[in-house]
Amino acid sequence: MKYIDGFRSLDAAAPLRQSLAELGAHVTARRGPVRLMEVCGSHTMAIARFGIRDFLPEGVELVSGPGCPVCVTEPGFLDAAIDLAHRGVIVATFGDLLRVPGSRSDLARTRAAGGWIEVCQSPHRARELARDHPDREVVFLAVGFETTIAPIAAMLAGARRDGLDTLSLLTAFKLIPPVLAALAADPDLRIDGLLCPAHVSAIIGPETYGFLAADHGIACVVAGFEPLDILYGLEGLLRQLVDEAPRVDNQYSRVVKPGGNPRAQALMAACLEPVTAAWRGLGPIPGSGLGLRPELARYDAARRHGLTVRAGEVHPQCRCGAILKGLLSPDQCGLFGRTCHPEHPLGPCMVSQEGSCAAHFRYGRRSRQP
Amino acid sequence: MIDRILLDHGGGGRLSHRLIREEILPRFACAALNGLPDAATLDPGGLRMLFSTDSFVVQPLFFPGGCIGDLAVFGTVNDLAVAGSRPRWLSLGMILEEGLPLAILRRVLDAVQLAASRCDLQVVTGDTKVVRRGQCDGMYLNTAGIGQALPGFALGPERLRPGDRVLVSGPLGDHGLAVLAAREGLGLANGPVSDTRPLHRLVLALGELAPGVRFMRDPTRGGLAAVLNEMVEERAVGVMIEERRLPFSPATRALAELTGLDLLHVASEGCLVLVCAPELAPAILERWRPLPEGAQACVIGQVAEDASLVVLETAIGGRRVVDAPQGELLPRIC
Repeated sequence: MKYIDGFRSLDAAAPLRQSLAELGAHVTARRGPVRLMEVCGSHTMAIARFGIRDFLPEGVELVSGPGCPVCVTEPGFLDAAIDLAHRGVIVATFGDLLRVPGSRSDLARTRAAGGWIEVCQSPHRARELARDHPDREVVFLAVGFETTIAPIAAMLAGARRDGLDTLSLLTAFKLIPPVLAALAADPDLRIDGLLCPAHVSAIIGPETYGFLAADHGIACVVAGFEPLDILYGLEGLLRQLVDEAPRVDNQYSRVVKPGGNPRAQALMAACLEPVTAAWRGLGPIPGSGLGLRPELARYDAARRHGLTVRAGEVHPQCRCGAILKGLLSPDQCGLFGRTCHPEHPLGPCMVSQEGSCAAHFRYGRRSRQP
Repeated sequence: MIDRILLDHGGGGRLSHRLIREEILPRFACAALNGLPDAATLDPGGLRMLFSTDSFVVQPLFFPGGCIGDLAVFGTVNDLAVAGSRPRWLSLGMILEEGLPLAILRRVLDAVQLAASRCDLQVVTGDTKVVRRGQCDGMYLNTAGIGQALPGFALGPERLRPGDRVLVSGPLGDHGLAVLAAREGLGLANGPVSDTRPLHRLVLALGELAPGVRFMRDPTRGGLAAVLNEMVEERAVGVMIEERRLPFSPATRALAELTGLDLLHVASEGCLVLVCAPELAPAILERWRPLPEGAQACVIGQVAEDASLVVLETAIGGRRVVDAPQGELLPRIC
C-alpha cells in the first residue's frame, strides 16, 4: 500500500494547507466569499472521509453537486425495478441502490418481502446470473455516469456474444456534461469553480468542460480521488481565481488523457443513444441520459416487460434542486429533518450519505469540522 | 414505518440498535440489561458470574482464517472476556440442514473442540435440530457461556474521563473482509484472513491493572465506529482517534480500497478495544505485545471533551466525524 500512502502524506498536505490559506485570503479579499463545487460522488466521499473541508480557508465553501448517479436516480426507476422483482424477475443491482427510495418502498424492503434482488460487485455478475438461471428473466439495473456505462456496455456486448436472451437492462444512465450545462445555464447559480470528476473525465476527456470556463467564467480542474489530488485540485481552482483566468486544468494526468478513452466511447456509441433523463431533484434534462439503440430493443427491460418508467415525484416541496445549485441551505427546505431524514430520505441531498442534507442532519451546525 | 425485518437490522449499526431499543428492551428491562453490555453480570449467592449468548450464521461455513465452529466458541468467549470475566462453561446449539454432509459437520465439531480446549473451557450442554432442506444455509450455531468475574473490574462508559487512552489489540476489519471475499468468490491471491481468535488471555494479562480499565468491547458487527459511537452516545465526553495510528493488515486495506468500504465499519473477531486511565496505557501494551493476539496492540486515540462525538484526525491532518454504520455494508459504485 506504499503507492496509496504517497497520496495521503501528512508532510505533503501541510504546505497545501498553507497555500490554500494564502490563495483564499487573496481571492476573498478581492471578490468576497468563494463557492466551489464537486460533482462526483467519489469526490464527495473522499472529501468527507479525509476531512478535506477542514483545509478550506475562511470564506471558501465547498458544496456537493449532483454527482452521485445513484442518488439522482428517479423514484419511478426504482418503482419499475420493484415491480419487476414482484413479477418474479431476478433483479441484479449495485449495492448502493438498495436503500434509495422509490415512491412507496425500496429494494431492501422488496428483498425482505421475498423479491429476488441480487447485489453485484461488477456488471458481469448479471451475465453469470443469466447463465446460471436460464429459466428466469434477469434484469440489470443499469445506472451510472460515463465511467460505469462503459463497463456495462462491455457486459452487454459479452451477453450478446453468449447468446443470452433472458438478460435485459433497465437503464437510467446519466451524462455529466449536459447536467453541468443545465446548472451553468441557471442565472442564479453562484459557483466560482468546479472540481471536475476524475474517472468520468478519463472516458470523456477534459476538453469537454471547456464551455464552462469560456462561456460561464467557471474555473475547472480535473482532480483525482486521493486526498492530495483533491487538495491540489482546490489549490488549482483558487489559483485560477487569483489569476482571473478561468480554464480547464488537468491535475489527474496520470489517468486522464486528452480526448479521453476512444475505445470506451466507441463501445458506448455502438449500443446507446442520447435520451432525455430525469434527475431526482432536478427534473428532466434533454440529452442528459443514454438509452439502448432501437435495434437492441430486446435487451431493454422496460420494453421487454411492458413497463412504463415514470419519473415519479420526490415530493412537491423538495428543494434539492436549489440546494444542489447552492441557492438554499438544507435547513431552508421545509421538509428537512421532518418528512425527509437519513432513514427516510426523499431528495438526492439526503439519499447520499455524504450529501449536503444528510451531512447537515447528522453533524448539524457543528459542521464537519469539529 | 418499517414493517418487516431487513438485513440492515442485523448489521450492528443504527437499525440494529433501534430494534433492540424499541422491541426488546421495553419487554425485558432488568438491571442486568442496563447499558447493554456484552455479557450480563449475575450475582447468585454472592458469587459473581457473567452470562452471554451469541448465534452464528456465517456464509461460507469455512473462510480464510477460521470456520463457523471456532467463531462460535471465540465469539462467546470474547463477549465474556471483555465484560471482565474468565470464560468457564459453554453450551452448543446446532441447527442443521437436511442433506448437510457429515464430513462438514465433523470438521466444524473438531474446530469447536479445539477452540474450547484452547480457551480451557468445557462444552457442558447442547442441542441439535435438523430442518428441511432450504430452511437454513447448511448449519447455524448458537453458543451461550458462563464466566467467573475477575476481581477489580468496574467497566462502564460512565467512567470515561477526558484524556483516557483508547487502545486496540490488533488490526481492524480482517474478519469482515475475509468473509466478504470468500462469499463473493473474489478469488484473491493473498486476500484478507479472518482474525477469529480468543481474547481472554489479553484480559487475564491485565491482572491488578483492572481498576484503571474503564471500558472494553470487541468490535464485531458495525466495527470500531459502532463500538465508539455506542460508548459515547449521550455522554458528556467524546473520542478522538488518529487515522495514522490505526492498525490494518495490508490485504484488508487493499480490498477496502477496491470495494469502497470504510474499515471503521467492518467487523473484527479477534480484536479488543480498551479505554484506560492515561498512565496505565504503557503497562497494558507491555503485557499485551508478547502475546501473538496482542503483538500489534497500540494506542489509537483518547477520550475528548467533545460531547458524544467520535472524531477522526485523518492521515492528511483533516478532521471528520465518524458515524455509526446504518446496517448492512454495501460496496459503492462511486
